[in-house]
Amino acid sequence: MLLRHTPTEITERTALTINPAKTCQPIGAMYAALGIHGCLPHSHGSQGCCAYHRSALTRHYKEPVSASTSSFTEGASVFGGQANMLQAINNIFTVYNPVVIAIHTTCLSETIGDDLPQIKKKAAAEGKVPEGRYLISASTPSYAGSHVTGFSNMVKAMAGMAEPTGKKNGKVNIIPGWVEPADMEEIKRITQMIGVKTILFPDTSGVLNGPLSGEYKMFPDGGTTVAELQSTGDSKGTLALGEWCSADAARELDKKHKVPCRVLDMPFGLMATDRFIDALRTIAGVSIPDEIVNERGQLVDMISDMHQYLYGKKVALVGDPDQLIAMTEFLVSMDMKPIHIVTGTPGKKFEKRIKEITKDMGCEVNVKAQGDMFLLHQWIKNEPVDLIIGNTYCKYIARDEDIPYVRWGFPILDRQGHQYFPTVGYKGGLRLLEKILGVLLDRKDRDDSESKFELVL
Amino acid sequence: MATATKKKLVQWAPAEVKSALLEKYPPKVGRKRAKQIMINEALQNETPELTANVRTIPGIITMRGCTYAGCKGVIMGPTRDIVNLVHGPIGCSFYAWLTRRNQTDAGPDGENYMNYCFSTDMQEQDIIFGGEKKLAQAIQEAYDLFHPKSIAVFATCPVGLIGDDIHTVSKNMKEKFGDCNVYAFSCEGYKGVSQSAGHHIANNQVFRHLVGLNDEVKPGKYKINLLGEYNIGGDGFEIDRIFKKCGITCISTFSGNSTYDQFASSHTADLNAVMCHRSINYVADMMETKYGIPWVKVNFIGAKATAKSLRKIAEYFGEKALIDTVEKVIAEEMPEVEAALAEITPRTENKTVMMFVGGSRAHHYKELFDELKMKTISAGYEFGHEDDYEGRQVLPNIKLDADSRNIEELEVEADETRFKPRKSEKEMKALEKAGYKFKQYDGLAADMDKGTLIIDDLNQYEAEKLVELMKPDLFCAGIKEKYSIQKLGVPMKQLHSYDSGGPYAGFQGAINFYKEIDRLVNSKVWSFMKAPWQKNPQLSASYNWE
Repeated sequence: MLLRHTPTEITERTALTINPAKTCQPIGAMYAALGIHGCLPHSHGSQGCCAYHRSALTRHYKEPVSASTSSFTEGASVFGGQANMLQAINNIFTVYNPVVIAIHTTCLSETIGDDLPQIKKKAAAEGKVPEGRYLISASTPSYAGSHVTGFSNMVKAMAGMAEPTGKKNGKVNIIPGWVEPADMEEIKRITQMIGVKTILFPDTSGVLNGPLSGEYKMFPDGGTTVAELQSTGDSKGTLALGEWCSADAARELDKKHKVPCRVLDMPFGLMATDRFIDALRTIAGVSIPDEIVNERGQLVDMISDMHQYLYGKKVALVGDPDQLIAMTEFLVSMDMKPIHIVTGTPGKKFEKRIKEITKDMGCEVNVKAQGDMFLLHQWIKNEPVDLIIGNTYCKYIARDEDIPYVRWGFPILDRQGHQYFPTVGYKGGLRLLEKILGVLLDRKDRDDSESKFELVL
Repeated sequence: MATATKKKLVQWAPAEVKSALLEKYPPKVGRKRAKQIMINEALQNETPELTANVRTIPGIITMRGCTYAGCKGVIMGPTRDIVNLVHGPIGCSFYAWLTRRNQTDAGPDGENYMNYCFSTDMQEQDIIFGGEKKLAQAIQEAYDLFHPKSIAVFATCPVGLIGDDIHTVSKNMKEKFGDCNVYAFSCEGYKGVSQSAGHHIANNQVFRHLVGLNDEVKPGKYKINLLGEYNIGGDGFEIDRIFKKCGITCISTFSGNSTYDQFASSHTADLNAVMCHRSINYVADMMETKYGIPWVKVNFIGAKATAKSLRKIAEYFGEKALIDTVEKVIAEEMPEVEAALAEITPRTENKTVMMFVGGSRAHHYKELFDELKMKTISAGYEFGHEDDYEGRQVLPNIKLDADSRNIEELEVEADETRFKPRKSEKEMKALEKAGYKFKQYDGLAADMDKGTLIIDDLNQYEAEKLVELMKPDLFCAGIKEKYSIQKLGVPMKQLHSYDSGGPYAGFQGAINFYKEIDRLVNSKVWSFMKAPWQKNPQLSASYNWE
């Protein structure tokens, strides 16, 4: 047994986290910053943070992830990191020449109280920022929130680049949240089909799912451009997908530049996608093309065709709040039973939302924000499930408990496809359903007796 | 945008390459980097020619990690029956969770916490009001849940800054429990200049809190400790197999597939065999002073190196039975190695490789590439010191900077009751006279060809430039470097954690490595970079369906 020391009996823990269902803010800020075209994320802290975040993102995407660090030593930790940061800015523009340096803090620089806005001002005053080059920054202390919070904070910093001209651009801002490059691509495909002009930010498609062609571009072709980010203040509205990942940036644009916003769930599964498409329709004042209606119909069709294998199946979920809310709703909409749901990210609102979505399911639901995967495993031991959905770390539980398992979320370190195939939208829903059915039916084929084994399922 | 240039390697003189690497830097950066790039003369200098173990320049994209990574990730990561509890915000523990491919075998019922990740997940109020209470409570909860023999506590950056006294908390909890050894590592990420400081801190605390606790004499002959072997991809399993076959008893491995009890009785061994010089030479030195155990440098990466190391161990013990068994084992193992080489070397011969990894690994793996008849045209370490490059004879002449001085040096004396010279002075002298070398490491430079480039703390920009200019057939570094190199159409092998596969140590490991390198440098995939229409972009005037 891989997790042989996990007891079935649940005891209260107030100080010890075991097998976390979250990581720290800076990695989210780094991921978000990679969604700006020509941007080098910069970690203001000791070297290890940057090395760890780059490694984790690289393992998840199997793509180069460039980012720099202030390389704090003991001296910098005592006297402050300003000198390191200023030196870094000079070196970065000289050697790598990015369009934007997106700086995020760490628990180290936050604890000693480094003031990034002031350092940015000093850098500009000393002429360290060339013409047409930009510094943005987000405060991302690792001891608050989670990787999701860090993502949100950097997206908010991106919204801070808005420079309204007073002339509307006729576009809708879409903030997709922490989804895969493939999902961002899919959102762009959907909006194009509907005929809505958008600014999607961040946009990691074309950055973290690049081709192998014998050329290395440190700054790949993808990403939201600075011009687009500046133009977000002229858009007619903002759709923020996900309260945790995207809402703060959208509200910032609303508050500062009167760009109205709506916060929606991430468009995973049938109903959340319905609401997303409908919102696009009303904002843009267009009718939905038949192709989209058709895609929706295909998803409904597969649910109806295979409902007998989904109905009543119990599911354990771990991941991030925005994703889990949409996924829980999707599972409930297919008459499945998500009964154990954990996120490591704090927020009582999450538990409330999940309880609402699952209230008519007719069974007890265990849900916890700021929980961990050790607790999830204990719940599963107490009440087994038919399916686990979560990141790669779930494989230890899935193998020990012999439970079918779909990889979805962050990080996925042992399978491929998440960079290339979306799970948002109706097409993405089909893919999720294909994956879920795949593992459930593989299990049935494995476990059925020879007499029950069937050709047609 | 970089593309691999067509200019052939021979057209680039090493001095030209060096100046090309430096030309884009601001002057100050260029001057500093120039001292960390050496055109090898393979001399046995007394004073180091190359500067190493110095700060990375802020903003220059480095391969390096932090002290915590060196301490918790590298040295203590592979300890399976110790609960490794990270005191800090969640990230540090999360990133070090199962990502280094250390294998272990605890048997069906043994204690194994390596699949778990433990953290105090410090929150803002802990930073403001101090985290000592939370740490004590977390240690208590870990003890109540698992009743481990030992709990190790690791500091992350904010812990040192807010002044949590993790050592006192640990000591108090140890006293409270009575049956669980609790101790702490002050391995805050900002200390030192790389992972290397973390190795030193880990060595100190393992020596202080674990080594020497169990005097019980373990059965077996020819007792050694294997230091600096982390069982990545199962390397340690292969070395253990060979030791068993030779009749050598490995009392403890620091720290691949290790247990708490192995550390506790490691002082009962009669020889310390040091694999990774960089990460563990401190323990070897301290054990010699305190317990009288001599140490020798060994290397089990490469079949010939393995044979050489086995002979070195046998020669130390000097008994005919062991010497004969070792020769018999080598004779048994080598034919399969040689058959693999005979089959594979025609496809690898004269291919070129670059390696930038670790503090000893770049040197160790050169052995394997030599066996494959590949040329190592440039190499360096991520966190090596001057002695790892140019040999231990430079040690007295290394200038200690402030960053190194801040890392504790333990004052060690001979143990009153446990110190026991393993050999008489006369025996040691006789061995040395016969050419046997204790405490000696010649470093990487001695084994590199003249005119090759040795580069310390290589960064992303220089790596890309090197590949562009010298177009190696293979590049070796870590996960962060992997895909930017491969985008250039050059295969890249991770030598920290191997990507996948292993073991690569010992005889079987060497065969695995030959096959892996053959696969990488001869894969068809590298010929698919361009589509047919990109290779031949000219359109013919007309196209007929004839």
